[in-house]
Amino acid sequence: MERFRAVCMNDIKSLLKGDKRVIARIVSAVEDGKGEDLLESIFPHTGRSFHIGITGPPGAGKSTLVTSIAKRLLGCDKKVGIIAVDPSSPFSGGALLGDRIRMTDLALKDNIFIRSMASRGSMGGLAQATKDVALVLDAAGMDYVLIETIGVGQVELDIAQVCDTTIVVLVPESGDSIQAMKAGLLEIADIMVVNKGDREGSERLVSELKFAFEMREKEAGWDLPILKTTAIKDEGIEELVLALESHEKHLTKTGKLEQERKKKLLLRMHELIERRIRVHLQKKVIPENEIKQLMESMYKRQLNPYRVAKKIARRIIRGSR
Amino acid sequence: MRGKIRVLVGKPGLDGHDRGAKVVAAALRDAGMEVIYTGLHQTCESIVEAAVQEDVQVIGLSVLSGAHMTIFPKVLKLLKAKKATDILVIGGGIIPIDDMKKLQRIGVRMLFGPGTPTSEIVDWIRSNTSEPKKPSRRAKRSVKKRVTKKRKK
Amino acid sequence: MKKEEWNEKVKSCEERQVEFTTVSGLPVRVLYTPDDIADIEYDRDLGYPGAFPYVRGVYTNMYRGRLWTMRQFSGFGTARDTNRRYKYLLKHGQTGLSVAFDFPTLYGRDSDDSFSRGEVGKCGVAIDSLRDMEILFRGIPLDRISTSMTINPPAAMLLAMYIAVGEKQGLPPRILTGTIQNDMLKEYQAQKTWIYPPGPSMKIISDILAYCCEHVPKWNTISISGYHIREAGSTALQELAFTLKNGFTYVEHGIKAGLSVDKFAPRLSFFFNAHLDFFEEIAKYRAARRIWARMMREKYNAEDPRSYLMRFHTQTAGCTLTAQQPENNIIRTAYQALSAVLGGTQSLHTNSMDETYALPTEKSAKIALRTQQLLAYESGVANTIDPLGGSYYVESLTNELEKGAYEYFTKIDKMGGVIPAIEKGFFQKEISRSAYSYQKALERKQKYHVGVNVFEEEERPEIEILKISRQVEKVQIQELRKLRKQRNNKRVREKLRMLRKAAEDGESLMPRILDCVREYATIGEMCNTLKEEYGIYHEPIIF
Ligand SMILES: Nc1nc2c(ncn2[C@@H]2O[C@H](COP(=O)(O)OP(=O)(O)O)[C@@H](O)[C@H]2O)c(=O)[nH]1
Ligand SMILES: [Mg+2]
Repeated sequence: MERFRAVCMNDIKSLLKGDKRVIARIVSAVEDGKGEDLLESIFPHTGRSFHIGITGPPGAGKSTLVTSIAKRLLGCDKKVGIIAVDPSSPFSGGALLGDRIRMTDLALKDNIFIRSMASRGSMGGLAQATKDVALVLDAAGMDYVLIETIGVGQVELDIAQVCDTTIVVLVPESGDSIQAMKAGLLEIADIMVVNKGDREGSERLVSELKFAFEMREKEAGWDLPILKTTAIKDEGIEELVLALESHEKHLTKTGKLEQERKKKLLLRMHELIERRIRVHLQKKVIPENEIKQLMESMYKRQLNPYRVAKKIARRIIRGSR
Repeated sequence: MRGKIRVLVGKPGLDGHDRGAKVVAAALRDAGMEVIYTGLHQTCESIVEAAVQEDVQVIGLSVLSGAHMTIFPKVLKLLKAKKATDILVIGGGIIPIDDMKKLQRIGVRMLFGPGTPTSEIVDWIRSNTSEPKKPSRRAKRSVKKRVTKKRKK
Repeated sequence: MKKEEWNEKVKSCEERQVEFTTVSGLPVRVLYTPDDIADIEYDRDLGYPGAFPYVRGVYTNMYRGRLWTMRQFSGFGTARDTNRRYKYLLKHGQTGLSVAFDFPTLYGRDSDDSFSRGEVGKCGVAIDSLRDMEILFRGIPLDRISTSMTINPPAAMLLAMYIAVGEKQGLPPRILTGTIQNDMLKEYQAQKTWIYPPGPSMKIISDILAYCCEHVPKWNTISISGYHIREAGSTALQELAFTLKNGFTYVEHGIKAGLSVDKFAPRLSFFFNAHLDFFEEIAKYRAARRIWARMMREKYNAEDPRSYLMRFHTQTAGCTLTAQQPENNIIRTAYQALSAVLGGTQSLHTNSMDETYALPTEKSAKIALRTQQLLAYESGVANTIDPLGGSYYVESLTNELEKGAYEYFTKIDKMGGVIPAIEKGFFQKEISRSAYSYQKALERKQKYHVGVNVFEEEERPEIEILKISRQVEKVQIQELRKLRKQRNNKRVREKLRMLRKAAEDGESLMPRILDCVREYATIGEMCNTLKEEYGIYHEPIIF
């Protein structure tokens, strides 16, 4: 911990300049839940980058697609940060992070920073610290932050709460499961991509999707684009990046960007409050021996959890005033 | 102290025998570590860059092609250039004893021969990355530097 | 004594282990009896050597007529160094050559490619162009030996070079005998030496099949290899099932390319691993012969009996060698070699004891060769055919492995075949899981490896090892630069352009590659040319 403090406080300047080693260190601190002070000091420098989420089933080509998008953005002189989330093992807490394999050549370029994250027990497709890590990359001067979710198969809703634009990636093989996911997909997708366009059935899936989502507007003025890509050959990427740009424009023009970001900040604030309360609750409010008694009494039906909760909550609220 | 031990497992060079690397990667995961697996056919440059961006404490390289005397020194050199010499470099593979000694002299922290139980690798990483007791890793490093300087004279 | 009575009796005896399984984890019972092979019908299921379904051997009198070929895989340093070693081995009674190439050559990269740094001549011989091949076979008449080349993505180029060397010795291609490995499927699954994606790789293989049918009829065009699948950590069953399924996939591709099955199938050969579990290995070879014969006849409608023959080369398992107590490797290898011979192999490589340290020295390579000679000339095991045929245990294990293989075939078919399964990472996952669980079994001492997790010794003996000097890389690069100055570069460019065009137009590549080779185009130049057209492969990442 000392090590981080030492690095970080001295090096906020280096972070802002985009020093990769410093970014990496700060990200670790944030991931380990030790970066709150830091986040406070970098927060004024954030809000400038555009966050793009990429979600979809495993093997759909998310990592490959992220790589292709990043390549194109780099070509336009943009700075790009990438966060790729993979699952932690529920048994050991360890993780094998393999998304980077697709991106190794890219990682050598100047204007890019790539980081793999393990979900560390969090559900919903992201790690708990992903939002904060995205902020760090934002402060480091990235124009775009691309976030790849775990991709476990079902719709991962968290991503939409972190990103300005969410891309949902599907492949011809996922045709069957789409009916089941339709509502969820519609809720989060700003752009829909059918990858592996070189495979049989990709055309058909595109037209099925167009049919299924026709007439349904997620929001006024934005027609959900349904695009075909072949990420391994960098095909269809230009169109995808154009769609990203026009979504960005759309958000800015309609004032939605500001509106959504404000909403997200509020949400974030609530989350942080909750987290503090939870920590507080676990640690201090109820003394160890009282907990035992409470459990005993509830088990024997002398007390009920509803009433107990009400009482303790009142105590907390009063205490904090 | 760090929350999680992060390790990069890489296969530099051309050889495609990734059995060992994958077994070790799986064992480290099952020991609760976060393993960044870089896959086959990596250049030393991309391995070092990945290690820096992923902020790992350890780089573990599997080299079975006989190119170890080229690869390890290069990785160490690149780490030095990035001022990232606190990242420990360890390795495994078919490495003759003479070469092992040479590599350890220039800064490879540990080399595991064929047949090493994965638990031994796990233990080594655990005890060399935790920094609970004084002196801190930073201090240790400077002590070491002094020692090597002395030796040079 | 009645069986039931004995069963009761043996149950009351204490056993020294909780569980008995083969190295691959198949359960092994305490005793096998006629009941276990009651289903076997001799003529239908075993038959006679040289007759359907070939379980007992592919030739009528097997080793009574001719011993297996003793073929030691070797190659290191420059072509000159390896040429010297070949002459040494031939002088000591070796009967065929087997070329080990260095990593840059295996990957189709020239010695001066930045990726080759530190690897030139290290694990095999460095070959850049026809010039090196001429030196490699200098003084070795190609009509008197057969040569096996372990080469995959650039297989077409090395074959072309071999043909060209033959031409220079005044020999027509039609009399050349030998093998190229040319088995790309197992590369994607296990060995991981690839350049192009599966589609183009299969196209090149079809080109080679077609070309050899017509011009090099005695050449073994694909050596369908389980060896590497096993080395990567698979079980015996997986080795068997995946290898044969790959074989059938090549057959299907050949047929799809318009070749008649009986024209190319007789030139397909196999390559298996001889691992630790003696009986399991023997059963594996026997099961493989039966599956191949039956499928070739029944599913692929081959009519020429030569298409039914599963001829195979065997190498003892490199992954079982230990760095600890290296002399033990001589004995380990001897048992493995015995299993290959009892399993009816056509040729055999025995590993040298020092291979966990480096390439074998001359002395250890000679001991490895002597191991085979002992088997052939002293032990008497080659005097009768398939001496374990009819063994209750071996026959029942043979059946079990066969059954397991068919189950895998069905599973793979459900995924759409071998290539889609590769793209899904199926084989890779199966193999690395087996490797990991074997490692865990070793660490829990459920399986033993002498010198590693049982009967360990503290001290590691110093053994003499072969070192490849750094000089090799320098010399090789100098020679390559010289060659690039001396050859007619205008012609080289022209021929490369035509190669590219043939690739674009989907024409057969072999004639174009031969043209390039004769002009001394390098392997790297040819492979890079094809890369432009075909792209490169990225593997799916699966744990
Ligand atoms: N045929 C084809 N394969 C692709 C395409 N994009 C990605 N892949 C392959 O699909 C596999 C999984 O890709 P990856 O990016 O790791 O998927 P992720 O799990 O969603 O991140 C890899 O083998 C890729 O090479 C594509 O457009 N066409
Ligand atoms: Mg991915």
